[in-house]
Amino acid sequence: MNGVQGQARTRGNFELITWFFMRISGVLLLFLVLGHLTIMHIVNDIQEIDYAFVVGRWISPFWRIYDMLLLWLALIHGANGLRVIVDDYARHRGWRVFWKAVLYTITAVLLFMGTEVILTFRSVG
Amino acid sequence: MYRGREGMLSWMLHRVTGVGVLLFLLMHIVDTFLVGFGPEVYNTVLAIYKTPFMRVMEVFLVAAVLYHALNGLRVILVDFWSAGTRYQQQMFWAEMVLFVVLFIPAAYFMLKPLFG
Repeated sequence: MNGVQGQARTRGNFELITWFFMRISGVLLLFLVLGHLTIMHIVNDIQEIDYAFVVGRWISPFWRIYDMLLLWLALIHGANGLRVIVDDYARHRGWRVFWKAVLYTITAVLLFMGTEVILTFRSVG
Repeated sequence: MYRGREGMLSWMLHRVTGVGVLLFLLMHIVDTFLVGFGPEVYNTVLAIYKTPFMRVMEVFLVAAVLYHALNGLRVILVDFWSAGTRYQQQMFWAEMVLFVVLFIPAAYFMLKPLFG
């Protein structure tokens, strides 16, 4: 896992920046994700989670910010992890470009969808 | 000694759990997006997560997240702590103990409703 440092010399600062990002976002996600799972699956039961639950939760800007941080950090952390895996296993340059294009497109679309719903959600009825 | 030992095993598990959690995340962003379509749509979709099968899958999700989080901390210690590489094996076994200690109660509370 230290191997990426070697690549940093040839790929400019990008690998170094992502290497740092993985560690910083990882520590933040440790608290955010374990907190999220504890609230959703242990403090509350999955059985209790429904539309009304989300309405009650997103009344507070705190939980909207929490969920926004969770969305951006987790998705970018995951997408970058998968990017490294593509570099490891897709030996042919053409396939690497192809898989990264797929990965970045899906990531961008999901970031947009998630951000949109957290920002604009209003309860109906 | 790396191949086939704690270092390689922990690295492989880190990748597998990472990809697994990411796949769940992709699905979870889509289902959360649907909350914008109102209670009928959202509650219908969320019913999937309440089936006994999905409840068991959620326990696996918690296991994957917990392993990935604890092993990620170990990786950070190996990278930034001067004695990190020397103790990486011991840290792996400490991580396994911590994993079991945290996972057993979580799994217990999550699976309890299945048994009434």
